[in-house]
Amino acid sequence: MQLKLNVNNVEKTVDVSPDTPLLWVLRDVLDLKGSKYGCGIGSCGACTVLLAGKAVRSCITPVEEVGDKAVTTIEGLSPDGLHPVQVAWESLDVPQCGYCQAGQIMSATALLQKTPHPTDAEIDAAMSGNVCRCGTYPRIRQAIHEAAAAGAQARNQ
Amino acid sequence: MQMNRRSFLQLTALAGGGLALDLYRSPLSGAQEAKSSDLTPQAFIHIAPDGIVTIMARASESGQGMRNMLPMLIAEELDVDWKDVRVKQAELNEKIYGRQFSGGSANTPLGWEPMRRVGAAGRQLLVTAAAQTWSVPETECTTAHGHVLHGKSGKSAGYGELAAKAAALPAPALDTVKLKDPKDYTIIGHSQPGVDTHGIVTGKPLFGIDMELPGMLYASIEKAPVFAGKVKSANIDEIKGLKGVRHVLVIDGGITPAAYTPWEPGMEPGIAIVADTWWQAQSARRRLKVEWDLGPAATQTTDGFRTKAAELLQAEPANKLRKYGDLDGALKSSAKVVEATYEYPFIAHVTMEPQGATAHWKDGKLEMWSTSTLPEDGRALVAKTLGIEPTDITTHMVRAGGSFGRRLQNDYLVEAAWIAKRVDAPVKLLWSREDDVTHDPFRPGGTVGLKGAVDAQGKLTAWRHHLVSYGDDKHMTSGGGIGQDTYPAGFPPAYGLYTSAQPLMLRTGALRAPGDNAYCWVAQSFLDEMAFAAGRDPLEFQLELLSNKQQPWSSGDHDAVGDHEPTGQSVLIPERFKGVLQMAADKAGWAKRTKEPGRGMGIAAWFCHLGYFAEVVDVTVNEENQVKVNQVWAVGDVGSQIINPAAADSMAQGGIVEGMSHLGQEITLTDGVVDQSNFHNHPLVRMRQVPKIEVYWLKTNYAPTGLGEPTLPPTLPAVTNAIFAATGKRIRTIPLKRSGFSWA
Repeated sequence: MQLKLNVNNVEKTVDVSPDTPLLWVLRDVLDLKGSKYGCGIGSCGACTVLLAGKAVRSCITPVEEVGDKAVTTIEGLSPDGLHPVQVAWESLDVPQCGYCQAGQIMSATALLQKTPHPTDAEIDAAMSGNVCRCGTYPRIRQAIHEAAAAGAQARNQ
Repeated sequence: MQMNRRSFLQLTALAGGGLALDLYRSPLSGAQEAKSSDLTPQAFIHIAPDGIVTIMARASESGQGMRNMLPMLIAEELDVDWKDVRVKQAELNEKIYGRQFSGGSANTPLGWEPMRRVGAAGRQLLVTAAAQTWSVPETECTTAHGHVLHGKSGKSAGYGELAAKAAALPAPALDTVKLKDPKDYTIIGHSQPGVDTHGIVTGKPLFGIDMELPGMLYASIEKAPVFAGKVKSANIDEIKGLKGVRHVLVIDGGITPAAYTPWEPGMEPGIAIVADTWWQAQSARRRLKVEWDLGPAATQTTDGFRTKAAELLQAEPANKLRKYGDLDGALKSSAKVVEATYEYPFIAHVTMEPQGATAHWKDGKLEMWSTSTLPEDGRALVAKTLGIEPTDITTHMVRAGGSFGRRLQNDYLVEAAWIAKRVDAPVKLLWSREDDVTHDPFRPGGTVGLKGAVDAQGKLTAWRHHLVSYGDDKHMTSGGGIGQDTYPAGFPPAYGLYTSAQPLMLRTGALRAPGDNAYCWVAQSFLDEMAFAAGRDPLEFQLELLSNKQQPWSSGDHDAVGDHEPTGQSVLIPERFKGVLQMAADKAGWAKRTKEPGRGMGIAAWFCHLGYFAEVVDVTVNEENQVKVNQVWAVGDVGSQIINPAAADSMAQGGIVEGMSHLGQEITLTDGVVDQSNFHNHPLVRMRQVPKIEVYWLKTNYAPTGLGEPTLPPTLPAVTNAIFAATGKRIRTIPLKRSGFSWA
């Protein structure tokens, strides 16, 4: 079945079974490998992308339900890797194995869009759907605070 | 003893406590390693005319930071600026690169000297090239920031200008080159961010799962719900007709279930579906109707294991590993005797990236893209399984989304290669998470019967330790053995260590700090019990024990050899163990801790993989027995240098978080079927549960050793001892829920 998708501000047409999870369309049809498969049941967050700005688990989002909502993946977060969340992640060298980090970054981005200065409790609530097997949580928390501070600075300039 | 692959396999197969130490008895010197491999600077170091230095990373990378750590050692002695270094992953070629595995926290002790000597030999070549060019004595030349300098004439040349000439010179013997004084280090000991970090945060296709080749097909394998169950019949023709499906292959497998399951038992039977996309393969799997011959493993249940373990605990132990002193007498006559049974479960590795591999069979040659952390073993297994020569296999080492010991085993690699040989296209195999949980080589569970005694003065007088694990009368299951020197062996005045085993038709393996991740919990919990029985502070009780070593190590007391500074010993050094304990207690304010209902501190320490860690944990436990870990103070002693400090801190925090995860996980069996399947019922700790974690390093005058593994074990007993301090309830069975507790 032919479906139109808006991925990272580019219109794409894909020919897939409509029940295919968005994750597999992104990875294996559109060759956007940044979003990761971790559980297939929406329980680990490695596949997190933004759908109309909201963090969703693409592994349990059938592609037919996407419609004309804009899909943003880690590849589309910024043209140059300089989104404040990416910059914070890089400056704190958050990743160990790195496999979950695209999903963590997308969840953190969605959080900061809604809550520019999250408290630790708000970070707990927004980020507890993303697991990190390596246990980089302390740095993820720190990076979110750092990205929030950088965002505030950018707005004040 | 020279480290070789066989000894490593023995380590991983038997691993636990003291047995692991053989690996490290003699950390390799550069000269030793050069005997079995070329190990030339030319192989590792490539310098472009503009001075950009490409350094080959020889070990696999699955998150331990090996692509940083090993190249940093080379770059330091080469005397270049890290900003001018690019790191490239080496392919598997041990003739050129030497040891290429990541396991046992061994890359630091095994790479520390050889890699620095490779860098120093590279520097020497550049100095020789400059001296010859300028017709001056080499001894008048110095180096700095990627340049050779001649002070007298004021001449200077960038490495890029000298590289072509240097590369053509004969490489100096590694044991002849001079190493830097550590006080002159500019890279070692200075945090260098992960070489792949930018790629990771921008979503670049760096991982095994991201491999993409022209015309590539995707594979998924349906295996029996019971270990080694075979395919009797299936609706294969129907599946072959489904959209996108190209091949349906029945894997007969090569496993005969028996009481002892070897480290690499052979292929598990199943049905491989190869399709145009992974989702198509996966969707087709759901339409499979298979009749299985489940075989003898279908009789196994967790309840059955538990019943049998209880019987074995009551019986005379099958094996006496170690006994000294008047054990029976002390257990009869001491002022207080404590008896306890500890039980820990099977758990799965659950790397974030599920297992998989890509392989391409063409014209009688095989090319593999592997996430294995023991790739040489993978190549040998593939060659054996496919009936081809190892020399017909090319192995590319691809970044893995975590290993934690899982990727030391190569089952998924063999499967990918087996499928590729039957398919006229490159194939990427990917396990689902459910495959990954249910067919993991689990950390084996165990039951331990303990008896301890203290005298009227509150001193530990006796310790009897009976580990009931799995295996047959000759072998303990992989990851289920225990070493004769496992702490506290050697310290109590009377001591006995015994084992018994029951059959296990299931794969087990090495999970981060294998053996130690369970034995530390048992020993450090029971020590806490003994201190309480003696009416003494657990820190002071343990420091006293450590100050009164009674017996020599069963493996002999020995120093490992290094040619320029003291290197790590492969046996527990009491002063180092005490050092981390004391420092962790100081950092946490142990002596002044407040004692109030519902809140408590626990302390524990361990020695494994040449490293020492002590941890103090502060918990709050509410009326529903929900546990909140408020803070952790961790102190590690891994020698004189922390090579990449920011990465080391992160690794230590990660080990502690993983230790917390272990307290919540279990794998159970019903009629041979694994009851758990995914993160919802084999959970990892999440953001809301993660405490503040402070990490400190106690630097001692020993050669640097690894820290991926020793960080983890103390977390478990430090948490459960803290729960005891808060509630008075002793946790002798994990996961926590089996003792009536849960995370808040």
